[in-house]
Amino acid sequence: MGFTLNGRPAEHPGGVTLLEALRSDFALSGPRFGCGQEQCGACHVLLNGESVPSCALPVEAAEGREVTTVEGLTPHPLQAAFEAEQAGQCGFCLSGILVSAAALLRRNPGPDEAAIRAALEPHLCRCGVQNRILRAVRRAVA
Amino acid sequence: MNLAFHGFADDGKARLPGSLHVNRRLSRWLAFHPDGTATIRPGKVELGQGILTTLAQIAAEELGLPLSSIRVAPTVTGESPDEAVTSGSLSVQECGMALRHACADARALFLSVAAQSSGVPREALRVEAGSFLGPDGVEVSSYAALSDRDLLDAEASPDVSPIPAGARRVAGTSAPRLDLPPKLRGEPRFLHDMRLPGMLHARMIRPPRPGARLVTVPDFALREGDFLAVVAASEAEATRMAERAARLARWEGGIAFPADWPRWLEDTPGERSTVAEQGEAQDGTQVLRRVFWRPFIAHASVGTCCAVALWEAGALRVWSHSQGPYNLRTDLAKALRLPPEAVVVEHREGAGCYGHNGADDVALDAALCARAHPGRPVRALWTRAEELAAAPLSPAMRVAVEVHRDGEGRIVSWRTEARGNGHSGRPGRAKDPALLSAPLLPGAAPMPVSINPPLAGGGGVQRNLVPLYRLPHVKAEMVRLTEMPIRASALRGLGALANVWAIESVMDELAEGDPVGFRLRHLDDPRAATVLREAVALSGFENRHALSEGEGMGIALARYKNTGAWCAVVAHIRAEERLRCLALHLACDMGEVINPDGALNQLEGGAIHGTSIALKEEARFDEECILSTSWDTYPVLRFSEVPRVAVKLIARPEEPPLGAGEPSVAPTIAAIANAVHQALGIRPTRLPFTPENLAKESD
Ligand code: FES
Ligand code: FES
Repeated sequence: MGFTLNGRPAEHPGGVTLLEALRSDFALSGPRFGCGQEQCGACHVLLNGESVPSCALPVEAAEGREVTTVEGLTPHPLQAAFEAEQAGQCGFCLSGILVSAAALLRRNPGPDEAAIRAALEPHLCRCGVQNRILRAVRRAVA
Repeated sequence: MNLAFHGFADDGKARLPGSLHVNRRLSRWLAFHPDGTATIRPGKVELGQGILTTLAQIAAEELGLPLSSIRVAPTVTGESPDEAVTSGSLSVQECGMALRHACADARALFLSVAAQSSGVPREALRVEAGSFLGPDGVEVSSYAALSDRDLLDAEASPDVSPIPAGARRVAGTSAPRLDLPPKLRGEPRFLHDMRLPGMLHARMIRPPRPGARLVTVPDFALREGDFLAVVAASEAEATRMAERAARLARWEGGIAFPADWPRWLEDTPGERSTVAEQGEAQDGTQVLRRVFWRPFIAHASVGTCCAVALWEAGALRVWSHSQGPYNLRTDLAKALRLPPEAVVVEHREGAGCYGHNGADDVALDAALCARAHPGRPVRALWTRAEELAAAPLSPAMRVAVEVHRDGEGRIVSWRTEARGNGHSGRPGRAKDPALLSAPLLPGAAPMPVSINPPLAGGGGVQRNLVPLYRLPHVKAEMVRLTEMPIRASALRGLGALANVWAIESVMDELAEGDPVGFRLRHLDDPRAATVLREAVALSGFENRHALSEGEGMGIALARYKNTGAWCAVVAHIRAEERLRCLALHLACDMGEVINPDGALNQLEGGAIHGTSIALKEEARFDEECILSTSWDTYPVLRFSEVPRVAVKLIARPEEPPLGAGEPSVAPTIAAIANAVHQALGIRPTRLPFTPENLAKESD
């Protein structure tokens, strides 16, 4: 089966989750394993521009579609905004959050705070950096 | 050195700051390179708290090098100084102050040599970006030029003077975190991202209950005693095999979990001891008795624990996100019956760590699997369920407070008792290894029952049990349970989470509507009074009576461990279907602050962690098993629930630094509890403050 990965054609024999394929077979480290149950947001990627968890999705679901990971978004104005706000501690949650924030800005270039919170609701940040992350997304909007 | 555990011991040697005292050779701490950079080698590790940036700032300052010229080497046993465990908000005290001194010493040594060889007097030389310049501004030498000499092969001298507080230029500034840009690009920076040639993948299958014996073993699994794992060439295959093995394996026996844990806390035998007794015991005419309960809580990191191990020629190398690489080495060696020199533990970053989680445990899991596959690196990764249920939990506690007052309402006696399992079950400290899979191995000893470090080392269940207020008589006792059906160990704040809440709830009740004035009248400590006043000013607490119905503000104060940072918190909540925390205002005095923005980040994070514990967190189990094994069953705070947090840092550059990772957690919980009183008219006594628990308060 084939799909587009970060702008390039990619082939995969299938039989694993999209996250496993990305990490193990395409050597990407941005999408992260946090739960495998679509409950924490660590593994989010863009699938045709929409932010989705990749940990329980069969790689076959990407057939003919465009997959973008945080590596494929780099460099992105959100990254500079996150750096400016020092929005991170351990950083384990960040690539999933950046992917969802990027998807939000693409469909709504001027989101208010409630819209940002709603877009990031699937994502846990156990270090408690949420306020800085909200500020960073607002900064990227401004 | 680990003050978090031992406190100071007098060993007859000239006192050197922090961990330098017990790791006295300068070459252990730093090295210079011909390209003009320097490497520092801390024994404290990055847990997500930003310590690497802070330590690099301290070194850059003292050495006179740009921050970008400082490299930080990962901690490796045998090479890095042994600084025991990165915990207790002590990294700046123990490691930072050691590095400050060692770097000041190195600078002095290098300048003396440069003075001798150039003939320019030592006092006339200055350091600029690593160059040693004479009075005419011409370079006479540099760290780089002298880097091939063995100048650091010396013991640190007690007589060096680091740069005085008023002259610091790097320490005290908010340098951006060094590790953030690569993390924002998703670069392979975590241990989880390590890929070695020929690497295999391991998953474990856990006994359903502690003490259960393995009776039926699937033939494709790896078994050692009751340790059961699968090893495969790919992660996907390992996950599939583990699921199959879990279905096929049969276990027998084991002990029951304490499903009714409050009853279990009261009925289980324990060792009683006095934590402190001050003043003369007096009985009052009015007595207030309150009992507070907090459940078992989980670390619940967003990433799951991971380790990579390589077994080759009878020696073991392990990459781990342990908080204590040397301590882990000690217990790995014991569990595997190897001499400690045959084991090397090298630190790599993991997901955020808030205490003694499963990082050490998974290292033994990886090592056991690697022993069965010599010459092949084996990566072991925990599942979400293991992360939430197999890692040590922060133990449930019962805290009782009894306050006696005289006829005029003055407090004459404060008596308190904290009861529960010990809060310290870390590896490297007991006779037998304290690693999850160690007791499963043939002929192994059982898991050591967790203990409480002495109060001089911060304490465990008794941390912050003694109020910081002036009281004519205080008697504080603790009871450490001697049975441990659920493995208990340290989580951010340890016993302080319940003890500060208990003290501040009772103080609030005694204050009878004047929570600030009442506290101030019982405070002798001016730094405590300052943070309290600042939090009030920042939050508008004095206008709380104007809040709408169903809303409330509460205030709380603590000095972490009674020896660390001071923190006061005002919480603003609203009672909806569930409680919602709208805003937190904090004032904190943590002495010298090396990186103010980094400290704010930690304090904000601690406050949000505290909010999550206050409103949501509880490990759930019945007699058969732990039920809270997913984010559904162990919910934590999400984006929509996160309060706004404002923090005021009180600058005290001349005072010793005190650490920012933990001080805000406990007072946040207590402030939320006190806000519940205004919002709902009840004083909660059971954590978390869920509708179910709050409903029990009126019973
Ligand atoms: S790993 Fe996919 S949502 Fe948690
Ligand atoms: S920064 Fe650690 S989980 Fe978000």
